[in-house]
Amino acid sequence: MTTHSPAEKTTARPSENLSPQTLLDMFWAMLISRRLDERSWALHRQGKIAFHISGMGHEGSQVAAAFAINRGVDYVHSYYRDLALVLALGVTPHEFMISLFGKADEYSSGGRQMPSHWSKRSVNLLSSSSPVATQVPQAAGLAFAIKYKWDNKLVDPNDDTQPRLTLTCLGEGSTSQGEWHEGMNWAGVHNLPFICLVQNNMYAISEPTSEQMAVSNVADRAPAYGLHGVVVDGNDILASYDALKEAVERAYNGQGASLIEAKTYRVTPHSSDDDDRSYRSREEVEEWKHKDPIGRFQRFLTERGVLTQAKLDEFEARARQTIDEAQRAAEAAPYPPEEYALERVYAD
Amino acid sequence: MPEITLIDAIREALDEELARDSRVFITGEDVGPRGGVFRATMGLYDKYGPNRIVDSPLAELSIVGIGIGAAMAGLLPVCEIQFADFIHPAFNQIVNEAAKMYYRSNGQWPVPLTIRAPYGGGIGGGLYHSQSVEAFFSHVPGLKVVIPSTPYDAKGLLKSAIHDPNPVLFFEPKKGYRAIKGEVPTDDYTIPIGPASVTRQGSDLTVYAYGMMAYYTLQAAETVAAEDGISCEVVDLRTLLPVDKVTILDSFKKTGKALIVHEDNHTMGYGAEVAAILSDEGFEFMDGPIRRFTAPDVPAVPFSHPMQEFFMPNPDKIAQAIRDLAAY
Repeated sequence: MTTHSPAEKTTARPSENLSPQTLLDMFWAMLISRRLDERSWALHRQGKIAFHISGMGHEGSQVAAAFAINRGVDYVHSYYRDLALVLALGVTPHEFMISLFGKADEYSSGGRQMPSHWSKRSVNLLSSSSPVATQVPQAAGLAFAIKYKWDNKLVDPNDDTQPRLTLTCLGEGSTSQGEWHEGMNWAGVHNLPFICLVQNNMYAISEPTSEQMAVSNVADRAPAYGLHGVVVDGNDILASYDALKEAVERAYNGQGASLIEAKTYRVTPHSSDDDDRSYRSREEVEEWKHKDPIGRFQRFLTERGVLTQAKLDEFEARARQTIDEAQRAAEAAPYPPEEYALERVYAD
Repeated sequence: MPEITLIDAIREALDEELARDSRVFITGEDVGPRGGVFRATMGLYDKYGPNRIVDSPLAELSIVGIGIGAAMAGLLPVCEIQFADFIHPAFNQIVNEAAKMYYRSNGQWPVPLTIRAPYGGGIGGGLYHSQSVEAFFSHVPGLKVVIPSTPYDAKGLLKSAIHDPNPVLFFEPKKGYRAIKGEVPTDDYTIPIGPASVTRQGSDLTVYAYGMMAYYTLQAAETVAAEDGISCEVVDLRTLLPVDKVTILDSFKKTGKALIVHEDNHTMGYGAEVAAILSDEGFEFMDGPIRRFTAPDVPAVPFSHPMQEFFMPNPDKIAQAIRDLAAY
């Protein structure tokens, strides 16, 4: 079944139980991602880095997801736009800066991958690829392994030091790939602890969703796979959190897989190699900037007295300092030795 | 020592590893109650149950994709592709993902995955139940490609594959599943992935082969020894990737003449790589042209019997190729 969240409920929504500190942590997670993302665009325009692919506009659903799962423990198999998500999981701005410059000891790949191809085993963040949707069957495999360990009594299902679900993210365009279909099918057939978060930003590079699918919502396909499907406003971080938290509880409790479609918008071009003036109007982009998830959450928190101007100033200053330091460190860091290209072909 | 068939040896390897290590599981089409369309997993579902022997949807891409994910989560999946001809939908996951995962994650995420598939022709299967696909994958650093030709090798190599921390493609010559019999010890053993095997000592020329062709080549070598007095050294390559250059070159240094036999197409088949290695690193020992005796360059094995037999190398044709080279 597909539901549009938030449903009419008499019980408290999960987001109502979030403490003020947690709400501030979520706001910080969005802000540091946005500022780091902005700095990356600037570095590219200055000719200092070769490539940047942005997640600006997506911070709401990504941070909601990070805070809904057992972050750092549950498996996350993400995609290239998930900067806010991976920063919330524990990738640092310094690590990201090293990856932009391709310097030595790059956290994800040792400098082998383009930036925004994440991997950090210590927080169970899987290695991202460029061919889209390849992560989805793999995410189903990770979820299969979780359930396998439960079914074969190798791991206690209530042990929260172990991964208890797999979260995978992708854009709506990538759901056209057969890999998505096959991963979703396994998740449904085997009732896996699996959450697929589709961040529908209306464009796959230049192609609008009408060229990608004949349905209005990706989540409308969920019943076809036997999954629980939810459409949510991805730019409302707390509504997104509620939908994701319910999906998390379903996964943990053996109630199977969910497809969460977060409606959102990519306020930048696809990447530093894209020019979006050729396929969408400036008016449309401006309209969506007014619906920005960070602005909306900032107003919400300010109205409730959770976020003060002093706190906001502190956050902005901390963000600038963190990013400045990260950039300086990355610029000064050495490159890997060229022969490193020959290492790590096979595991021993 | 008991004599068992190639398929029995494969099943024994699976059974023993399932019993020994709870991380091992099997998935693929019809692997469960059906026991596999070739009976490779016969009896295992009854013994280990649906939590270990998992019938998959009819979808090769995700059979492999699930395997990659489960391997990264610390399990030891053995994924069966029902026929190697159907592995192509999984090419993206095998080549772009499994092969590159360890490299691209700087060693964070090894993929200890085994993919098994019956390959090869001569069984009336036509274009889509007879293909050789090893050349595509032997080209990809990060993968291992193993092709046994004896029950003893199949059992020992499959056990090694299951525990190898890298993705291993294990192609089984289906024509030999019941036709190839051999002695297999009852006690536990493994054979390391990598080294080729000299299955017949000789001095006039070396024949390099694998799979069903390694089996046929031994017969051809026996024939030319008896009828023509030709002394063939036979090298069963067994592991195609990584390449065992040492055994390949050591034999060539002895004989100076090389014939490579495979049932895959001629152009860009595995034989081309062996020939290149010999001509580059074995030049000083070369006593004749390096020849490849293979299937013709047509899209795949035809169904109609005379056309199939025209396509397939066999012991008589291999023997003639040996004679031709020996006469040079």
